[in-house]
Amino acid sequence: MLDWIIEPLSLSFMQRALMLGILLGILCAIVGSYMIVQQMGMLAHAISHSVMAGLPIAYVVGVALSIGALVAGVISALVLYLIESRSRVKTDAAMALILTSFVAIGVVLVSILPGANRIDLVHILFGNILGVTMTEVWWSLAVTVVGIILVRLFFKELLFYTFDPKGAQASGMPVHWYNASLITAMTVTIVVCLPTVGALLVVALLVAPAATAYLLVKELHQIMWVGSIIGALSSIVGMYLSYYLDAPSGASIVLVSFCFFCLAFLFSPSEGLLVDLWTQRQRSHLTDADEVDQTLVMQRLNSPERKF
Amino acid sequence: MLEIQNLSVDYKGNCVLSNVSFLVPMGQLVGIIGPNGAGKSTLVEAILNLVPVTQGVVRFKGMPLKRQLLQTAYVPQRSRVDWDYPVTVWNVVMMAQTVQTGLFKGFSQWARQQTRTALERVDMYDLRDRPIGELSGGQQQRVFLARALAKEAELLIFDEPFTAVDRKTEDIIFDIFQELRAEGKTLLVINHDLGDSLAIYDQLLLLNKHLIAQGNRREVVTSDNLERAYGRGLARVFA
Repeated sequence: MLDWIIEPLSLSFMQRALMLGILLGILCAIVGSYMIVQQMGMLAHAISHSVMAGLPIAYVVGVALSIGALVAGVISALVLYLIESRSRVKTDAAMALILTSFVAIGVVLVSILPGANRIDLVHILFGNILGVTMTEVWWSLAVTVVGIILVRLFFKELLFYTFDPKGAQASGMPVHWYNASLITAMTVTIVVCLPTVGALLVVALLVAPAATAYLLVKELHQIMWVGSIIGALSSIVGMYLSYYLDAPSGASIVLVSFCFFCLAFLFSPSEGLLVDLWTQRQRSHLTDADEVDQTLVMQRLNSPERKF
Repeated sequence: MLEIQNLSVDYKGNCVLSNVSFLVPMGQLVGIIGPNGAGKSTLVEAILNLVPVTQGVVRFKGMPLKRQLLQTAYVPQRSRVDWDYPVTVWNVVMMAQTVQTGLFKGFSQWARQQTRTALERVDMYDLRDRPIGELSGGQQQRVFLARALAKEAELLIFDEPFTAVDRKTEDIIFDIFQELRAEGKTLLVINHDLGDSLAIYDQLLLLNKHLIAQGNRREVVTSDNLERAYGRGLARVFA
């Protein structure tokens, strides 16, 4: 059993992948906690695909692909906001439109910009955590540490803003900045995760651990803690599965995190489905017993001995 | 004095509020009434600068209100709040101290004391560690009332505070409104129904996109005014 665990650790690509997986598990859970309470899951989905439009441009201009992805992600969120606030088109239609159009821009530019066809779109879509370099691990560490520090520094402001945006604005807080910061943080997280799980699956890493924790604990900071542990665990277990089953790493991690969610959905002590059914059953037993008692009491009351 | 002059709001090309002007002396409890969609919530949001206004001036004590937001407390409509949000009663009331405390600092002992006093005043201190989702509608409303109290504001604005509350909460809110008025605070309260609850207000504003009437209950709740605000059917019931 121990060999089973230690063997992959002797491989340097597995060491890097595990370090990255743990870091991203923590980062995604923290950023994901805000997404859950702000109901930004679909926005994250739209941004994660829209980043593809920036890749070929960054490649041709000669800057890091991640910068191109980041800029495209933020621009997509801005265009989305513009459509939502200045027209009658509803959010979901606007998101579907932006998501697909930005992917289309990316696909077209990859084939028409000179040299951009060297970008591997399959790699962008699915990622490959086993191919990460040490530089990417250091970058992820830096982003995670900065993320944790920022959340710590602005925790009370972000709590107020995400719980009651109107109340926060009425208190004079610069709520548009907090909104923009959350969207930027989400986009940065998506870009950092792209090489690991790819654009198609990245949102699962953001949503699943935080949503699992949401079913288990009652306060935002607890969701961040528990979500981080679940996120890191999902990465580790997913990576081992991928190693032994020879399955794609990103998809394995996502499936493990979904399994954790299902466990919480069924067995969470406060709101698990099975726990709920069990308590209802117990309660109905009690009620039945009460009814029996009632009949007994009625019989006693009506029995001849009671009549003096 | 709270002065509102020519306040107008457009939303995506539709006029929601048109040229509303009124004055409220300090220390008054003012009720805002009107049919659904009359722009009552928009009016208070425009006063607090929460929605873009097309024109108008809002002054409090002679200065633009948006520069004195620390002096105002706002309790939004309960349907606007996500009651599944993972936060406890204590932390909701602590939010009142967020801006005063400032960035990068923890809450002071004084801020905690304010929170405790406010929670005790609405009889919710014992439930301070409960997630807000596990409270009844009335208890939730009292938590928001405590948050407004903890801010020690001069101008307090409530959007339908009596919706879905129990009798005990209603009594507590009424008592606290009277106490705040006695302390010289100014209160604007959106009131959904037209029944006896209107008796507590010093003056009423009847609204339907523009201000239809302002004054005491007898001057405002007349069949003429109600007909202009609500249409013929309802006016006959209430007048």
